[in-house]
Amino acid sequence: MLSVDSLSVGFPGNQVLQDVNFHLPQGSFCGLIGTNGSGKTTLLRTILGLLRPDKGKVETGDGGIGYVPQKIQLDPFMPLRARDVVALGIDGHRLGVPLPSPSRRRAVDSMLAEVGAAEFANRRVGDLSGGQQQRIMIAHALVRRPRLLLLDEPLANLDIRSVAEVIALLHKLVVEQKITVLVSAHDMNPLLPVMNQIVYLAQGRSVSGSVEEVVRSSVLSSLYGYHIDVIQVHGRVLVVAAVGAEPRTTEMAHGPVHVTSIP
Amino acid sequence: MFSPAKFITAAGFFHNSAVHVALAIGGSAAVVSAIVGVFTVLRAQSFAGHALADISSAGGSAALLFGLPPLVGFLAMAMLAASGMEVVGSRQIRERDLVSGVVLGAGLGVTALFLYLDVSMTTASNAANMVMFGSMFTMAPETMIPALWVAVLALAMCVLLYRPLLLIAIDPDIAAIRGLNVRLIGLLYLLTLSIAVALSAMTIGAILSTALLIGPAATAIRWSRRPGSAMVIASVIAISATWGGIFLAYASFYWTPNHGWPVSFFIVAIIFLAYLASGRTTALARLRRAMAG
Repeated sequence: MLSVDSLSVGFPGNQVLQDVNFHLPQGSFCGLIGTNGSGKTTLLRTILGLLRPDKGKVETGDGGIGYVPQKIQLDPFMPLRARDVVALGIDGHRLGVPLPSPSRRRAVDSMLAEVGAAEFANRRVGDLSGGQQQRIMIAHALVRRPRLLLLDEPLANLDIRSVAEVIALLHKLVVEQKITVLVSAHDMNPLLPVMNQIVYLAQGRSVSGSVEEVVRSSVLSSLYGYHIDVIQVHGRVLVVAAVGAEPRTTEMAHGPVHVTSIP
Repeated sequence: MFSPAKFITAAGFFHNSAVHVALAIGGSAAVVSAIVGVFTVLRAQSFAGHALADISSAGGSAALLFGLPPLVGFLAMAMLAASGMEVVGSRQIRERDLVSGVVLGAGLGVTALFLYLDVSMTTASNAANMVMFGSMFTMAPETMIPALWVAVLALAMCVLLYRPLLLIAIDPDIAAIRGLNVRLIGLLYLLTLSIAVALSAMTIGAILSTALLIGPAATAIRWSRRPGSAMVIASVIAISATWGGIFLAYASFYWTPNHGWPVSFFIVAIIFLAYLASGRTTALARLRRAMAG
């Protein structure tokens, strides 16, 4: 479960988020969509407690939060195996050197198997592909069995096949374990087949609801301030900026939030 | 003909008190530097390590001027600089390097002043050479016990901070979410790093101590996939280089009578050769994997 109420976050001279509201029931697969600089990472960091909001509140329920950060760059020579990274998800916050523990090893093996990473568990993590590293970071985030998983741009810099694999893995976790997943991305198209909730950020404002409610030409055009087309191709929904679209510099671009939820 | 075995067993090498002190302090500096060095490479703070070592030379030269034990001077200045770096520092690598560079420049300026005063106001005419390139065979025996205690303290800190430092190396935000005070751990690590560089600066000199800090660690992480084994391998390389260097420097008095070669040269040469060898073996392993695949 995740509830965000009237959340405003800013830095000196830069109001990043303004009156953001949304509620995700347990087991939701939600895309947090927006262009670069729209405030996705700021929202995630506020939910995680790394940033203090100016106004509003965040409720995450019981069970802890797992987090996969943006642009993890694991050095190719980093002397850590994939399983070591997952094990640090269990007790990396504790002081001292970990002692051999059968239960710790079982938990790591089980998590690696769940994310389909058992075959490269003993390889140096920096040698893995981008998609494989994302699997390991997801296993790291989930090994303590949190009920809420936040991922910051996990699909960035991945090839098409890896994108599909990571999305399928997240969908499986939501279906099988009823975890609530909030994934930020600047392109919603790869997520459309699996997400059932969406939070759209643009110019500090937000729109939220089910995919059917939000992914509509009128709603997105209103949010962005210029015309957005929502089209269907071979049964898939695609969101594209209309050819030759000029930004509409109406009061929507600078004024107060008019659209915060869709009836 | 020169026989290493006879040379070691004959009265001389192991009966020389200066060698005892060099082996003990050099060995402890080697182990501490190797283990701290693995964390340094993981955290991409090699430049900070080099800067701290160079800055510690201001403490070493001040100690000569005021008649204090060199360990106190090197350690105090390295710790002061480490605290300064953390206070004004940043988690961004680029910004961290800028801060290290600025503090390094200021530290070397102070070193230049103290070295000038050492030469002009005391009898330490060899001060620059001792501070910058080490004085392994001239270390006072009474320095040995304090140096060993300081080394034990640094190793205890490494054990204590082992998991948090690894977690922060993956991502500082994840560590913060898990309740770790990333800034405090960063400061404790820098203080541990300052102990390592102070010990190695005292033995092989401020300028060359980076070789002992980074070289064995950089070699070990090429050969190992696990942090613990990387630390063991790095320690073995560092000890071998240090003790081997002491042995060769001692032996060199017999190669060119009355003109022994500097021990620091041998230590960094061995470390450099080990690093080259690790590149060759990892390249060969990569080639074999490619051919097998």
